Amino acid sequence: MSLRVAIYHHAPELDFEAVIPVGQISALVGPSGSGKTSILRGIAGLLKTRHARISLANEDWDTQDLHRPTRERSIGMVPQQHALFPHLSVLGNVEMALGHLGRAEKRQRAQESLQLAQIAELANRRPQELSGGQRQRAALARAIARKPQLVLLDEPFSAIDRGMRKRLYLELRHLHQQLHNTVLLVTHDLDEAAQLASYLLLIDQGRLLQAGETTQVLTQPRCEQAARLLDIPNIFNARIIETAGQRQLQWGEHRLKISADISPACGKVKFAVLPQNPLLVKSDRPWGSHLENPVSALVRDIVTLGGEVVLWLQPLNMPETRLQVRLPERAIRRYPVISGSQVTVCLRAADIVLLED
Amino acid sequence: MDWVAVVLSLKLAIATQLLLLPPAIIGARWLALTPFRGKVWIEGLLALPLVLPPTVIGYYLLVIMGSQSPLGRSFENWWGQSLAFSFTGLVIASAFINIPFAVQPAQRAFEAIPTELHEAAKCCGLTFWQSFHRIELPLAWPGILSAVMMTFAHTLGEFGVVLMVGGNIPGETRTLAISIYDRTQSFDFTAAGTMSLFLLLISVATIAVSYGLAERLLRRRRLT
Repeated sequence: MSLRVAIYHHAPELDFEAVIPVGQISALVGPSGSGKTSILRGIAGLLKTRHARISLANEDWDTQDLHRPTRERSIGMVPQQHALFPHLSVLGNVEMALGHLGRAEKRQRAQESLQLAQIAELANRRPQELSGGQRQRAALARAIARKPQLVLLDEPFSAIDRGMRKRLYLELRHLHQQLHNTVLLVTHDLDEAAQLASYLLLIDQGRLLQAGETTQVLTQPRCEQAARLLDIPNIFNARIIETAGQRQLQWGEHRLKISADISPACGKVKFAVLPQNPLLVKSDRPWGSHLENPVSALVRDIVTLGGEVVLWLQPLNMPETRLQVRLPERAIRRYPVISGSQVTVCLRAADIVLLED
Repeated sequence: MDWVAVVLSLKLAIATQLLLLPPAIIGARWLALTPFRGKVWIEGLLALPLVLPPTVIGYYLLVIMGSQSPLGRSFENWWGQSLAFSFTGLVIASAFINIPFAVQPAQRAFEAIPTELHEAAKCCGLTFWQSFHRIELPLAWPGILSAVMMTFAHTLGEFGVVLMVGGNIPGETRTLAISIYDRTQSFDFTAAGTMSLFLLLISVATIAVSYGLAERLLRRRRLT
């Protein structure tokens, strides 16, 4: 059971194929202009695509010969600017999605939706009289009123302040636990995707770069483009060599073990290291063979950012290379590091992510 | 005051609305929301009555409605009276010259509805006609009302085309504007002045209402 999407289009250029699990919150993440909203509109049947194949569970929405109109797809959508009808009250907006029901049932269902979205007391307000968060809730209430199988959220939190956004994240998760429908969230905010979604789809220029469980995608980018989209600063060139029957990574003068699970071909390769993964070894503590992939480096720069300290390290004899390491501020208080000093970091084999071309 | 002319003018204004408004609203919506090649030519064609001298339009309408033309002949055969110099002919001519006054404000109003609202209507499961009457018409009503007011006032005050197509037949084609002209020619300045003042007040009220509604439309656009 899945949402299968294949959309091909020009202007905007889309060459997107994905299989999205049902019953979960999935996030479509990519930079501005990467085609996220167009994909969402394509799924909703709002974009006239060159060619599309879309099906939810066993129901075809788009095939070679079929194009179901939006009203025949079991969807609810919250667009970026919420798109509430300005001439109707909040209740009127929600009831507009329930035109297939009789008057009494429509009223009851609309009120249930407003209660689920926690805005029952705002039923008679006009959209112009609502705050950003309230509008978002009203749009969500309208989207879920028809009990759709698929809820599409197009950057719904972009116009909402940070504090309110955190509350809405919790409410959305809570709502999803109650409704168990499939939610596809479009966002360019990785933190938002990480907090809300259990399945992540990374896209760029209308193409799917990587899809999978959120934690897996966030920590194991498949290619350089994905790693850059995930904002991983440590992407380096190296070579795979074979010593004593074992594949290793030759990075400058450093030889690094790589995970035993993979056996890449020898030759040039790129790899990524998440900045929170390197381990900083205390200088007065002797280290030996129990440390995995130790690398000596000079501290080139230190910046404190919120509760985090960002270090830029230059591995020895690699003057052009900078390894970014992020540590909790308390760790630096315990092991003081100053700019210009020499430190040792461990790049564990499991944390070295080899990138495909 | 020529009350027969006043009543005839009001009848003409109402009949023009009934004939012109439904297709004008549909056409305005189509022009506002349908991108197609050559749209600018159609818009230009519809705006022609604004720039052509009324006598030119009147002349061509007279040719089209005259008993020598297929339309005029068919009408005469069917109804037993000529289309030109009749109230019916006047209504058709009036509808024609009012096309830009009816279409343009309505078109601007439909254009002002954000695309997202159209899409939201589709996501709510609304059909085309449900979306049209529950979402688009209520949102575009200031523009449509403005179109009604402009057409109404323009019909009351139209002179050139009315004179060319309808002539000056009391109770049949002598409208308020023709009557003012007629009274002025007869040096009855009191009657001409009263009727002119009447038309002036109607025009001022129309402009005030139209501008008020346009402002409201702009405010709504800013809010959404």
